Amino acid sequence: MDAGMIWEWIIKSIFLILFMTGGFAYVTLLERRVLARMQVRIGPNRVGKFGLLQPIADAVKLIFKEELIPAGADKLMFIVAPVITVIPALIITGVIPWGTSINLFGREIALSIANVNVGVLYIMAVTSISVYGITLAGWSSNNKYAMFGGLRSTAQMISYELALGLSLVGPILLAGSMNVMDIVQAQKTLPFALLQPAGFIVYFMATLAEINRAPFDMPEAEQELTAGYHTEYSSMKFALFFMAEYIKMIAVAMIGSTMFLGGFQGPFVDQLPWLGPVYLFGKVIVWLFVDIWIRATLPRIRYDKLMALGWKVMYPIALLNVFITGILVVLTTKR
Amino acid sequence: MLSNWLYIGIFMVVSLFLPAAAIFIAGLLAPKKPNAIKNATYECGMETVGDSWIQFKAQYYVFALVFLVFDIETVFLFPWAVAYNQMTLFGVLEAIVFILILLGALIYAWRKGALEWH
Repeated sequence: MDAGMIWEWIIKSIFLILFMTGGFAYVTLLERRVLARMQVRIGPNRVGKFGLLQPIADAVKLIFKEELIPAGADKLMFIVAPVITVIPALIITGVIPWGTSINLFGREIALSIANVNVGVLYIMAVTSISVYGITLAGWSSNNKYAMFGGLRSTAQMISYELALGLSLVGPILLAGSMNVMDIVQAQKTLPFALLQPAGFIVYFMATLAEINRAPFDMPEAEQELTAGYHTEYSSMKFALFFMAEYIKMIAVAMIGSTMFLGGFQGPFVDQLPWLGPVYLFGKVIVWLFVDIWIRATLPRIRYDKLMALGWKVMYPIALLNVFITGILVVLTTKR
Repeated sequence: MLSNWLYIGIFMVVSLFLPAAAIFIAGLLAPKKPNAIKNATYECGMETVGDSWIQFKAQYYVFALVFLVFDIETVFLFPWAVAYNQMTLFGVLEAIVFILILLGALIYAWRKGALEWH
């Protein structure tokens, strides 16, 4: 523990944040291109080669837009809400290991921000915080659409959070640890998605609802709520909400890959530790592609059906999954 | 162990700079020409009617209450899952009873109509 260590972690934090921000920019491009292809359109391809500079153009455009704060809004909460939404989305990735460790400039650098023994609990705690940002955004705008969007979003997120939390109990049971690194190491031979198919599916659906993605994008249903909780937001604050949504999309893909798909595990990763980040990156890209694919395929679910699905289908399935996993672990391990 | 939390603290502080910088830069560069009509609450072009800070559907509150109970019970399952391999058969059976009680509570809330959206 010395000053060099602190600097190492500051640099790693900045690197990870820049990576997530860049990832956000290019996931928007990926989404627009893939959706366009699936709807037999071309999509943005004018700015740079294959439209690769499109996100930068969008960012510059948003920076130069005028920022409006409605006269009736609660000003402080109105400004704080997008910040509260973005930060949990970013810091959730702090416990995800990208690999074991690599040797760089004569230093042994661990490929994760922190290796805490309650990693999964940390993930659950931080995901809960982002609900506040959205609720506050909806409330502080003093706009009826924003209010409805914020309330719906809150109710939806807390409903699916239960199933999300329970679906993570399965991997903890199998690995016998809440440490994310231990869970990855336990998947050396077999990813938990094969041992926990129900848990994996529940996790996948619950996270779609948690990040307000189609078919659960009720809070921001454009046709009936204009834009939901970010109706009144413009310019960079509007961009921050989108940033939060897409960064969270990447983050839950990272967590899901780590908990269920073996994380950075893959062939030859023991000999060549730098392959770890490559494997994790590949899994995350596939996950994001499936998210976008689902958006192109499925229509939006009606709100009462959505709540019923969360409480009456997902939660009982997740509970039964924990129950059955517990019994099977007892039967298969010798004690 | 404690230093790991320090690293997460560093990460949180660094991540605070991203939204702060974004809002600050936009505040410097963006034009500011507010007027009363621009700052009016958006209601699809109609004139704004009344306030939005009113009483809202109580159903949301019922869901929040049910959520609170089940979320705390879910968190109880986390340490149980960690200590699973060191537990005696009695501990395992107790947790299974706990899960069954949870299921029973869910069925109770269901039968009482707390999970219906009116």
